[in-house]
Amino acid sequence: MSKNLRINNKQFVDETRKLSFIFNGKKLYGYKGDTLASALLSNDIHLVGRSFKYHRPRGIMTSGSEEPNAILQIGNDDALTDPNVRATEIELYDGLICNSQNCWPSVKFDIGGINNFLSPLLPAGFYYKTFMWPASFWEKYEYFIRKSAGLGKSPTKQDPDMYDHRYMHCDILIVGGGVSGLIAAKIASDDNKKVLLLEDKELLGGSLIYDDNDISKIDNQKSSEWLKKLIENIKNDKNIIIKTRTSLAAYHNYNFLLARQNLTDHLSVNDRSNKIRQRLYKIRAKKVIISTGAIERPQVFHNNDRPGIMLASAVKKYIDYYGVRCGLENVIFTNNDSAYETALSLYKSGTKLNAIIDIRDNSSSEIVNKVKSLGIQIYWNHTVINTKGYKRINKITIMKLNDKGNDVVGKKIELSCDCLAISGGWTPMVHLFTQSGGKLKFDNKDNIFVPDKTNLNQLSIGSAKGDFELDDVLKNSIKDTKNFLQIENSNFDKIDVKCSKEKEKKNIWLLPSDKPLSKTKPFLDYQNDSTAKDIKLALREGFKSIEHVKRYTTTGMGTDQGKLANMHALGIVADTTNTNMGDLGTTTFRPPYTPLTFGTIVGRNVGQFFDIFRKTPMHDWHVDNNAKFENVGQWKRAWYYPKDGESMHDAVQRESKAARESTGILDASTLGKIDIQGTDANEFLNRVYTNAWSKLQIGKCRYGLMLNEDGMVYDDGVTTRLGENHYLMTTTTGGAANVMSKLEDYLQTEWPELDVFLTSVTDHYATASVCGPNAKKIINKIFKDLDLSDESFPHMSFKEVKLGDINCRVMRISFTGELSYEINVEASYGKYIWERCIEAGKEFNITPYGTETMHLLRAEKGFIIVGQDTDGTMTPVDLQMDWIISKKKYDFIGKRSLYRSDTIREDRKQLVGLLTDNPNEILEEGAQIVKNENKKPVNMLGHVTSSYFSPTLKKSIALAVLKEGKKLKGQKLLVPMINKTIKVTVSDTVFLDKENERING
Amino acid sequence: MFLINCPYCGERDQSEFVSGGEAHIARPKQPTELNDDQWAEYLFMRKNIKGIQFERWNHAHGCRKWFNVARDTSNDKIEKIYKMGEQPPKL
Ligand SMILES: [Zn+2]
Repeated sequence: MSKNLRINNKQFVDETRKLSFIFNGKKLYGYKGDTLASALLSNDIHLVGRSFKYHRPRGIMTSGSEEPNAILQIGNDDALTDPNVRATEIELYDGLICNSQNCWPSVKFDIGGINNFLSPLLPAGFYYKTFMWPASFWEKYEYFIRKSAGLGKSPTKQDPDMYDHRYMHCDILIVGGGVSGLIAAKIASDDNKKVLLLEDKELLGGSLIYDDNDISKIDNQKSSEWLKKLIENIKNDKNIIIKTRTSLAAYHNYNFLLARQNLTDHLSVNDRSNKIRQRLYKIRAKKVIISTGAIERPQVFHNNDRPGIMLASAVKKYIDYYGVRCGLENVIFTNNDSAYETALSLYKSGTKLNAIIDIRDNSSSEIVNKVKSLGIQIYWNHTVINTKGYKRINKITIMKLNDKGNDVVGKKIELSCDCLAISGGWTPMVHLFTQSGGKLKFDNKDNIFVPDKTNLNQLSIGSAKGDFELDDVLKNSIKDTKNFLQIENSNFDKIDVKCSKEKEKKNIWLLPSDKPLSKTKPFLDYQNDSTAKDIKLALREGFKSIEHVKRYTTTGMGTDQGKLANMHALGIVADTTNTNMGDLGTTTFRPPYTPLTFGTIVGRNVGQFFDIFRKTPMHDWHVDNNAKFENVGQWKRAWYYPKDGESMHDAVQRESKAARESTGILDASTLGKIDIQGTDANEFLNRVYTNAWSKLQIGKCRYGLMLNEDGMVYDDGVTTRLGENHYLMTTTTGGAANVMSKLEDYLQTEWPELDVFLTSVTDHYATASVCGPNAKKIINKIFKDLDLSDESFPHMSFKEVKLGDINCRVMRISFTGELSYEINVEASYGKYIWERCIEAGKEFNITPYGTETMHLLRAEKGFIIVGQDTDGTMTPVDLQMDWIISKKKYDFIGKRSLYRSDTIREDRKQLVGLLTDNPNEILEEGAQIVKNENKKPVNMLGHVTSSYFSPTLKKSIALAVLKEGKKLKGQKLLVPMINKTIKVTVSDTVFLDKENERING
Repeated sequence: MFLINCPYCGERDQSEFVSGGEAHIARPKQPTELNDDQWAEYLFMRKNIKGIQFERWNHAHGCRKWFNVARDTSNDKIEKIYKMGEQPPKL
């Protein structure tokens, strides 16, 4: 530290704890209590980055979350690196490594800086217009733009940190731990309310806690001293939960709020292991008090973006809180009284203040008089017209304003400085208020938007509501909080506040220069490099709505959401179009208020916890037997069981051959199962399925097809009549939950008169499905007393039988076309019954098969899979399943839609079979089918829905949906692929055993 | 995130519920007697208004019961919750 920038003995920075850190490869030092920004400034580093578009050198400008420039890449580890971190928000820790981003090759020599000189070519809408250029132009520029315009690097490895979520409930949520929030917390607690107080900084107290002037007094004490006592009091209050380093991310309807707490980012990397990095609070509050304060506005003048130009309030905070001088030759440029507090802080700390430039004619408030009495030169009715210094400001030029404030007069005066503290007044932080749906109103006196109407149980107080002077802040906060909580008296009622009162106000959104606007660069949005010129250009090009102007110029669209830029943009639009700002409306602020890491959003739901998955009772057996799994809905289903390094194709060929030639066994536990009971159960089934159910006998099973009211196939499955008023319905694996809700919906809302009760029993039973010519022998070995003759136990029937103490429901139903038994047992016996089947089937080479083989076997028989061969646009008629539509029934779900003009069209897509001319060629599922591929545009007739190589038939088979397919049997068609065209012939959908002989073994 | 006062369970978070669209559209008793236009009116046509809208909601991750909600679509305020079969309130 060559320059003397540190002021000793500041209470918030611990000078006994020196911390080292590395910025752009250089080792530097700061103290515990510093932010990265204050530590950099104490090392005389202002230049930290390059601007997005013009790559102009930019320096630290603020001391908070509104920082547009000091956005750094933290860490150099591929997994832990964090882009876009504001140096003003991150607390310094020992060993911190950070780098400038958005500059290439380096912050001091930046190739993109050439954009600065090309800037006439980069006007508003540049990126939109660039995209409009011929493609050949874009390709040339793309590489250059991408390389030089990036905002930080994403980590390339998985985030190893832990994140947490937690729900919280409270009577009163207070957002912002400044003086008004603290007073509100105390009033609420004294009324016995449960209070949750959030503060995004490390310490409570806001800006008043480091206030050091002698004019502001509360109860005859220095205001900061008074506040410290209140904080001690609140820390010991059992009704108040305080969460510091916690920033509100989102304010949703019904007072549901999300807040993010930083738990380890301030610790050195070694102290973080096994600790939760961040916690996301999901808060439900009965009432919300917003006390988020205000942020200072910059002023908009030519070259107002050089390193060393900072907000006046930031310069004050760096001195009074961190003990850091931002420069040794300071100048203040203001339009209001608050910057005079900065003047006093500079003076008190022995820091040189060369001059104050004030656009007002005069000010006679107490604080200004005090500054006058110190002999500091004040240029009234002057404005800055230009600044100089490439990587750090070194000179400013000022001129006198004319009467209207729209031009400058007189002679130029040059002043040298290394820090220019600017203040353009204050903007209430109404972001959360508007996020929650609140409407703003414009206050002409202070040129601010303040909270107006809200539908929620919430209140804005303090400077977030538009009170800026200490007596207003305190007295109104007390009064408003009492009204909001309906409290008569509080301990603050007799509070005595003294402070300076501002009398003269003046605001010019775009300050004039001696140069024409087209020759100047008055920046509005530092992060996106948009200037006042861009706003005017957008207006000239016909953009009127502020939302459009914002998007066209990208003003306010950076990661800071235009916290600094928005008011000036609105002001310039209003001035240019002669509109009242209040009539323009504001742009909408959206969550998150400050950026969130993905880790915080997902919390613990990572890796295997990302989504829940369901396992059948036999799952472990499948794992032990080398099954590959596929996800079906939330289920993990055995897909195929490769043996000795078999490919999937080979395994499926072997499994399906075994099932057709001897016996296969499938875990069918995932099928949806709904237990249906009640005296009207039969009538209910009649109404939900397309076919007739009235004559189904007890002990029999029936296949049913379910439609939506629009006539499209919704689900299918077999239902068994277990007793007089008792049925067990099965559904597809993926459709189970939806079918259940749909049926409940009809029962509760359309047919409440029916006596029917539905219970989902999918998880209660496990199902082993044994199929193939030898299935009967195996079942006979397990259930010795069960009569398996076709007379006693025919296809589509059911028996209840005991195996020891285990109740088994055995259904003789088949999805493969083979003789097949499904054994249903209580889930806890699932693995046992499975292993019994495997044991009994050993001599018949019983072969476990997965979902892929099941799909192949059913396709050979032309059985559809709802969701694979149908897609919500297929009626039963389209599927050539006319046989399942009852002609006798008066009504069922979807019946009326089956003869709408659209559903009776003959040229609808219909399910057909396809055979390839080359029997070894397997079609790709999803492939398009055409008649003529040379006539453009090619007429697409349909697509392949299921396709396999059948080992039994020794040829490729496929199902497809095809326009007018019913009429096209025998027709030759084409399936064009990337480098070949496959010739196919339309066939019947049933490829194997058209006579259904295998079903009886 | 709304808070919805299930008439059977009490106030719960919105994530426990699913919305079932516009309420008070009864399934025609005799669909076969409707012409295509009348059936299409039942099947496809739904209101989408700014203001009070009557909707069906289901406490899917709770008691599974369906009920009606009168919601102001301009601010998502729930004005009234009432059971299936009850008449919509005058608001
Ligand atoms: Zn409920």
